[in-house]
Parts: sequence; structure tokens; C-alpha cells
Amino acid sequence: MNHTQPSLDLSPDVSDEVRKTTCYMCACRCGINVHMKNGKVAYIEGNRDHPVNKGVLCAKGSAGIMQHNAPSRLRAPLKRVGPRGSGEFEEISWDEALDLAVSWLKPLREKAPEKLAFFTGRDQSQSFTSFWAQNFGTPNYAAHGGFCSVNMAAAGIYTMGGAFWEFGQPDWERTKLFMIFGVAEDHDSNPIKMGIGRLKERGAKVIGVNPIRTGYNAVADEWVGITPGTDGLFILALVHELLRAGKIDLDYLARYTNAPVLVNSDPKSAEHGLFLRDDDGKPQVIDRRTGKLAAFDAKGVKPDLAATHRQAGVTHRPVMHLLAERYMDKAYAPEAVAERVGVSAGRIRAISAELARVAFEEEIVLERKWTDFRGETHSEMRGRPVSFHAMRGISAHSNGFQTCRALHMLQILLGSVEVPGGFRFKPPYPKPMTIHPTPHCKVTPGKPLDGPHLGFVRGPEDLALKDDGSPARIDKAFTWENPMSAHGLMHMVISNAHAGDPYKIDTLFMYMANMSWNSSMNTRGVIDMLTDKGEDGEYVIPRIIYSDAYSSEMVAYADLILPDTTYLERHDCISLLDRPICEADAAADAIRWPVVEPDRDVRGFQTVLVQLANKLGLPGFVDESGAAKYADYADYIVNHERKPGIGPLAGWRMGDKGLTHGRGAPNEAQLDSYIRNGGFFVSHIADEHAYMKPWNMGYQDWAVGMGLYDHPQPYVFDLYVETMRKFQLAAEGQGDRQPPEHLRERIKATLDPLPIWYPPFEDGHVDPVEYPIHALTQRPMAMYHSWGSQNAWLRQIHGHNPLYLPTKIWEAHGFAEGDWAKVSSAHGAIVVPVAHMAALNENTVWTWNAIGKRKGAWALKPDAPETKKGFLLNHLIHELLPPKGDGLRWANGDPVTGQAAWFDLRVKIERVPAPPEETQPTFGLQTSPVGTGPGTLAWKVGK
Amino acid sequence: MTDLPEATQRKMGLVIDLDTCVGCHACVVSCKGWNTENYGAPLSDQDPYGADPSGTFLNRVHSYEVQPESGAAQLVHFPKSCLHCEDAPCVTVCPTGASYKRVEDGIVLVNESDCIGCGLCAWACPYGAREMDAAEGVMKKCTLCVDRIYNENLPEVDRVPACVRTCPAGARHFGDLGDPQSDVSRLVEARGGMDLMPEQGTKPVNKYLPPRPKDRTEPVGPGEIDILAPLLKPVAEEPRGFVGWLDKMLEKI
Repeated sequence: MNHTQPSLDLSPDVSDEVRKTTCYMCACRCGINVHMKNGKVAYIEGNRDHPVNKGVLCAKGSAGIMQHNAPSRLRAPLKRVGPRGSGEFEEISWDEALDLAVSWLKPLREKAPEKLAFFTGRDQSQSFTSFWAQNFGTPNYAAHGGFCSVNMAAAGIYTMGGAFWEFGQPDWERTKLFMIFGVAEDHDSNPIKMGIGRLKERGAKVIGVNPIRTGYNAVADEWVGITPGTDGLFILALVHELLRAGKIDLDYLARYTNAPVLVNSDPKSAEHGLFLRDDDGKPQVIDRRTGKLAAFDAKGVKPDLAATHRQAGVTHRPVMHLLAERYMDKAYAPEAVAERVGVSAGRIRAISAELARVAFEEEIVLERKWTDFRGETHSEMRGRPVSFHAMRGISAHSNGFQTCRALHMLQILLGSVEVPGGFRFKPPYPKPMTIHPTPHCKVTPGKPLDGPHLGFVRGPEDLALKDDGSPARIDKAFTWENPMSAHGLMHMVISNAHAGDPYKIDTLFMYMANMSWNSSMNTRGVIDMLTDKGEDGEYVIPRIIYSDAYSSEMVAYADLILPDTTYLERHDCISLLDRPICEADAAADAIRWPVVEPDRDVRGFQTVLVQLANKLGLPGFVDESGAAKYADYADYIVNHERKPGIGPLAGWRMGDKGLTHGRGAPNEAQLDSYIRNGGFFVSHIADEHAYMKPWNMGYQDWAVGMGLYDHPQPYVFDLYVETMRKFQLAAEGQGDRQPPEHLRERIKATLDPLPIWYPPFEDGHVDPVEYPIHALTQRPMAMYHSWGSQNAWLRQIHGHNPLYLPTKIWEAHGFAEGDWAKVSSAHGAIVVPVAHMAALNENTVWTWNAIGKRKGAWALKPDAPETKKGFLLNHLIHELLPPKGDGLRWANGDPVTGQAAWFDLRVKIERVPAPPEETQPTFGLQTSPVGTGPGTLAWKVGK
Repeated sequence: MTDLPEATQRKMGLVIDLDTCVGCHACVVSCKGWNTENYGAPLSDQDPYGADPSGTFLNRVHSYEVQPESGAAQLVHFPKSCLHCEDAPCVTVCPTGASYKRVEDGIVLVNESDCIGCGLCAWACPYGAREMDAAEGVMKKCTLCVDRIYNENLPEVDRVPACVRTCPAGARHFGDLGDPQSDVSRLVEARGGMDLMPEQGTKPVNKYLPPRPKDRTEPVGPGEIDILAPLLKPVAEEPRGFVGWLDKMLEKI
């Protein structure tokens, strides 16, 4: 047949209209163009103008159309009619649902507000949900940070006034060496991929430190397949080598860190380890110009890193002395750590040398004039082009806080934070810890809480303890067990509420938190706690209200379901008051808006909270006459002012002379301006203010103008965290507020004001000989928690999850393709399919996170591979460590922040000769309140 | 049974950088979304919420482990779609002329109204790049987004295949591989771009850029510091010596 070809229409219509909003397929919050045809969503692509993703979009984002139309969407409010866990509900009206919720909540507020525990999971509106909880008056509020990455966030803020991801980013355009620790395949999703792409374009080097070589670690030029839980020791060995070689930025350390600050070095003093301060409370340094004491931030002062000072019989030594003494110790020499970290001493030295070479031999100088907080004007900005990123892999260990601190110390010693080519903060960061709130927990029935729930303790005086010393919060956040738990401990709420320890609650109210499945340690145990009844025949946790857009596993365990909308049907704000989406060069915020109206009887959860607040008459939501201030969440977004001139959105506010940004009065047309601008607002930082931000007065003034803070807030980085020393002092017996006896030694050991490494706690509670293998999970790039499995397209990419075994284990047990294994921990056992993977630490096994599903959930058919071959590692992990004979049960978390130590898990493995029909353990079928999805999809909305 | 054009005016195709591809599947799903809504029949999914979900995809990412002679194993992500071969066996095998290669740009397409769903083309393709749509009974394949790349209803910057537009790492490049001066041709030249399975004689237009060598840093032994890593030459072994060094250095600042 001769060549012929039909004539094609090469310019078909793409869509009737493009509506620009913000993605919610994960926590990255990219801008999306939603192409509409016939009033329906036809296609979703990235928004090229958006500061986060600049046009690109990941697999999840592109699959949003399947999420928006998922058969698992809840359709109407539900009231439980069967026993908890059965999934048997009746649909009720919103009036009934709200009245029922108010009938439970109102008496609590009047008599005992703490009996409401309100915890939100993957919530992107925490400044709003916390405001609601504060006005309700309960101390029991937090979001999911405690089981996610609070170690990363808190260590960053305590050390340098910001952390990775939402707080900062590598200088992608200038960095020459990029080193990542424990970064799985998410957080943040597109910007890291874009950044790695930029580095690859110019041949910059990437070093990946991760037991598993997938994703970013697969494209890294160097892979360090470290032993899980030892990153801190590896980092301190790098520090050891850099200190010995003098490859640290002394000028930077003297000017911008507390390395020169003088520390009381008299072990007999009640202030041993605290800073020498002047009458204004300012930490003191020796001024090199005069050799005399001076406040660290005094005009023109040149802090001395070396000089000591003796006063009233007490020697005060600069932090730099303590630091050198600690890390030059042979205990941190490469030879001393190599075996434990699983990286050869030669390789540790080689990486140290590479860091030193790039930082000090490939220095970057930008000719940009700026003035620092001591009044000195500089003609240039000097950069050390080494940058780092880290995430849950180092954070989700019981030594995670100190490991994250160690990494920040390494960055700072290299002089690579907030300099060209290094790591840069994103507004509203940098922000010193001292201007964050402290935690508040004082309950007054019928009144709001005395302040924000979550915050940063400065010392024992800020712990959330009642007068009798018992925990004020149900999750025991901000107690001696975990004093610096800045994000709360969502993972302990159900366990503590069930135990009535520290007290019983009445109503558990949760949002987007799949606690009866993948969001809990000890899934089986949590299910039992949710369904357990007391002698009176009533549930031990009497009432559970849950909001979710989808038929997740948790839905079945609630008594009242408030169905949320999809992300394309709702108003939201990605606020500077909350978890912002700024770039290092710009402040930015964004909205979601209903690009389509719901076709079900559902409401955006935040609007439901406004409606509940109005019915409850919560202060902040109603005026003195009791009239509602806000009709819904959109109304709140536009009209709420946190303080005069500062609202949830910074763009297009009303100034004296018309529209303005940052500070200004509410503007009724604000959301229209956002929609016209593509769903976001961005305000760029001038070049000469874009680096050295914590010390750059030009930046500081810009930040005040934007309303990020009310006065300039320059500060220095805290290599030495005095707050931690205050907890140690208490443990040593100083002060009125004293820890319980059983915690003294642990506080002394772990709340060290300079970074330390200690083995993960599970190593001390579980026999490492019996359980020699580390077990990890990673979240795939094409899935986000449980949400992906209801997505017809994404579940074809990740529909089940084998346990990946390294060659050594594979061969030692004689595994073959298609085999199954029994995997046991000190807590439990699972039986699961296995697969071989060579690019893996030889003592580590891993699987994808949250692929396994319960039968009946997510509108999947009961024989879906997610239920038959998928599984959770959660069954092997307990929220408490196994008993070790001291009569106590220790939490399976970080002793500083309480972060869940998911990745401390140790297991043993055996081959199962006759594999079961499906992964073990199995759970019964939940009745689906939404049925199951259709048998075929051929999705096309334009004809 | 169907002739290829004697020559094509351009050779439009993709250059895929295996050194940069992180295996995120963004291209896979963006392609699925665009081509479900656009060119021809939607890409259907069978049993999408059941035991064996199986849908039509025009682009898939495979991952392979590679064990070098020495050193750690590596993982390579390998996106695969139609390579728009110059000597496309899928076209010549087509009994109805439904499969054809465009003269203008060399894109290989299926005219769905002439496709009888016999599946011969999928058998003929050595790359497994064609998929029969089970709902429509027609053969589906990468169109190189022929309905995007010339589409005057799209902004000019967006006239690229959906997979290229969306790729977060910038691992996918689109252009005329018949023009030695084009950006994609230069990239192929600079990075040693390769044909997939050249022994098949299909002369694929799409090229792959190989992964760069990895794990090349040589370990540094304790006695080798001055030679291999002069930067690690100690200034002090003990904290006391370090403070002395510190003092000396501070004088210089």
C-alpha cells in the first residue's frame, strides 16, 4: 500500500476555560491549570507562572482528575448505625450532623474543654484549625508533625531559625555540591526534582546518603548506603575531619553564630553551661577590638572565637572551645565510626575533603552591597557553594533531633547557610526561635485557651504541666518525656485517651488522619482501642467525629462523619501564617477555590468548622452580640485579621491609597485578585536583600513591611542551644521545676546543647542479635499516603508492595522470585511477598509506604492487590518500646521532641515455604459507605 | 503492507536523559491525562478499582538494576514510549494503512478509523511500545502529542509533548533530530546519545542519554591526606592546639 496519510486537525480546541488553583495531591502545593470542558475537569497541568513548580507537575498532580472523580468520595454526612469498625452508617442532613456535633461539644466547652481532643492530620490550614481549637478552649490540638518530621523542623528552628523544605531550599542556581540525607521520594516533590535537574544540566555533583538507592539517590553521583540511624555519627565524623583540617569558616562563625558566645564553664555553678549575659539579657562575647565583654549584637563589635573570660571566680569559655573539644575527640574519627555507620573511613575522609574543596576552593562572590545588623556595610556576598537537604530518613529516629542538629552544625561550620551557593531560607523564615510563641495549655471552662497550643519552649518553665506536675495535654507534649515537642504527638493521642493517661477524654475529633490504618504505629492495637468498651458497655473513647473527603479506613471507626470536598471544590489558603510556599527570592501565598461545585452533599471541612464555631458561639468567630463574623471559610480567609493589617493572605490587601501587599485592611475582592493572578501572590526580594537574610538589615526591613514580623529580628545561629542546657540543669537538680526521677539520666544524656549521637533506642530494648535487620518504608513519588490507592491511574503504578531484600539476606535465606517471608519484630509479625534489590544497604529491608489497604476501604473491590498483596510495616511498630525490666514503658520516640521513631525498627526474616493466600495479618471486610468503583473507565468529558 | 514515506522533512522526537530521570512517572500520567481527553479514543482502564487493574498507557517507566564490575549496584529509570523509528516495522506490517509515518515530521500515528485492531503492529514493534485499547479495540501509541505541538490554541511555549512539558527534572527534550544544529541533536552529540536496540535495524528517532559514571570518588587512607586530600591536612590534633590555631587565624581576618 502506497504511503498515504489522513489530514489531521492540528489545532483542536484544548478546553473551554482554564481555571488556576493549587494542587493537593500531596503536601507540595504546586500551581495547576485545570482545563475545563462542558463545565467538567478535562485535564490538569502545571502552572508555568507558579513559584513552586514553574509549570511542571508530578504523576500525582496529573492524576488529580482521577482523585477528584474517585468513587471513594463520601457523599453526605454519616451517622454510625452499626458497631464501630463495621462501616455501617446512615446518611443524615447537614443540619442533623451539625446539631449532633454541637450537642456533644457544647457541654464539654462549658465544663471541661480538655475533654475534646482535636487533631488534624494532613491539614494545610493549621493556623485556622488551631485558632478554632484555641477559641474552643481545649489544650488538645495538634496536626501530624509529631509522627512526620518534627525533628527536622524543630532542630532547624532551634539551631538556625528555619529548616528544610517549607523553611528553605538549596541555592539551586549556584550550588556546586548537593548532599541529601534520608530523602525519600517526596517533600518537597517537584522542587527537588527541578533542582536536581538544574544541577545535572551543569554537571554539579550530588551525594545521596540513604540506605536505599532509589529515586534521587539513584541519580546521585555518589551513593552512601549508610546503616539506618547512624547518620548523626557519620556527620560528626565529617565535622571531626573538617575541624582537624581547620576547614571551617571562621569569619562566618564569629559574625553570624553563637560560636563566640561565652558559656559558664564552672561545673559547680548553678548556671553551668548557660550563657554569660548582660543586664539586658544579651549573651556576651569578647570584642576583639577591645578585648572586653560586649553584647553579641552591639554596633561594630568583632566577636572573638578564642578568648575566654574569668569573672567572679567563674571561667567563661566561648562555644567554639566546647565545640572543638567535643568533636576533635578521637571518638568521632572516621576509623572509630566506620563500622557502625557502614561507610569506610577512607570514604568518610574523601567526602570531608570534597566538602572542604567545594566550600573553600570554589567560593562564590556576588558584588552586592548590604549592611549587617551590627551596622557594618559589606560590598559583596561571599558564598560557600555546598548545600544540603534532609528529610524523614534522619528525622524519624529516636536520635533524630540531635542528628538534624548535627547536620545543621555541619552546614554552619562550612559557612554555607544563607550564602550564595548554599542553603537559603524562604520567607517568613529566617525567624529566630525567640519570636515563636511558647506552648499554652491553661484551660478555663467556657473560655478560650490562654494562647496558642504549640510553640517553642525556652526552658522547663514553658512545659505544659498542670500544677501537680502531670501533663496538661492528652498527647503529653511539652512534658519531661519530650520537652521540645513543637508539633505535638498525634500518634500518642488514641493510646493515651484509651488508657485514660493522663486523663480521659470524651470526644476525639480528627481530620484527614488515617489513624486506624497507615497513620498509626501498632495498627491492630489502635483498632482495638477505638472499639474497646468499658464495663458500662460504652466505648472507652466515647465519641469520635471524623472528617475526610474519601472512604478511608478511619471512616468506619467514627460515630459521625463530616464529608469534606475534593481539592477542586473548595476554598483554601496557603498562608504565610501557616505552612507557606515561598521561594528564597520571594514571599508567596496561594489559594484554592471551587473550580467546580460539589455534586454531592459535602462541605469543605474548614467551612464546617466555621459553622460549628458559629453554633457554639466561639469567641473569634462571633461578635459580642453572638452574631457570626464569617459565613464560611472563604469569608474567614478574606476578613479575618490575626492582628490589625495581617490576615491569612498577604496579597491585594487594602491600604490607605488603594491596594497594597503585606500589611493592609481586608479587601472584599481579594479572592478575585488571586484568581485573576493564577491563584497565587508573589512578592520578590531585591537582589541585595536576598542572601544573608538573618543579618541583612535590608531584608529585615522588607520582612517588617510584608508583615512577617513587627520589628527587625536579626539573630545569630545557635550552634549551642541554651534551652537544652536548661533541661539538663533541671535534671541535675537545679531549679523549682524538676523532672521525675526516672527521666533524669535520660534528659542529662540526650538534651545535650551540642549535637550528639547515640544509638537508636530500639537497639537497647530489642536484642540486635535476634533482630539484626533494619526495616524502613519510603513513600513513592507517584503516591501520597493512602490517597493514591483510590486513584485508578496511580494504583496501576503502585498497586502492591513487595518487601525489598538486599543480596546478602536474599542469598542467606535462599529466597527465589515469587517467595514470601515472615517478618517479625519484638512487637509482631507479618507475612508478605519479597523481591530482591541489590542497590540497598546489606542489613536493611524496605517497602513502599501505605500501599496496603483494608478490605472495603477506598471503594476498592475486596480482592484488590492492595488488600491481598499489599501490606503495612506499621503492624511491626509499637508506640511504646518493649519492656526492658525497669518496670517502665518507654515511648518509641525521640526524647527531645517525641517524634515517632518509625525508622528505628529492627526485624528478623524467615522464608515461608507455603505462602498464604494473602498478606498477613488480615482484617475483616468493612462495609463501604460508597460501594465500589466501576468495572471500566474511559474518561473523556469533551466529545 | 503499508509503505513508509521515502523520506520525512523533519525527524521530530524525544531525547531522554537517563542520568537525570528520577523515575517519578510524571511523564506517564501526564501522557495518560492528555491522551485520554484528546487524540482519538480515550485511554481506557479495565477493572480500575479491582483485582487486576489494567489500562492503556502510551508511555511507561521501567526500572532496572545494574551491577557494575566493582562498586555498588545502581538503579536506572527507563521511560519508554514509541521511538518513531525511521524504518518502523509497525507501519510496514499494517494491513489497512491505519499505521503510517507522517512525511512532515516523521511522527508515527494510527488512524483509528482505519484500525481493525488486528494487533500485528504491536507484535512487529521490538520495543513493545504499542498498546491495544481494550474498550475501543484500536491500537494506541505515542502521538508525540501531534495535537499539541502545532496547536495554535496553546501558547507557543506549550507546543511540546505533554510528557516534556511536565517532566519535573527536565529529563525529556523534544526537537528535530534530523537537524544536526538543533538543541536536541547537539545534546545527543555532547552526551553520547544512543539508539535503543540498534541491532533491530529500526533506526529509532528517539535517543537516550546514558547515565554518567557513578561512585567515582576514591577513598582516602589515613596516610594519604597530603597527597589525595591536601585539604584535610591537620591544623591540630588536639583541641588545645586547635585553639592556638584559631587565635592565629583570627588575627588574619
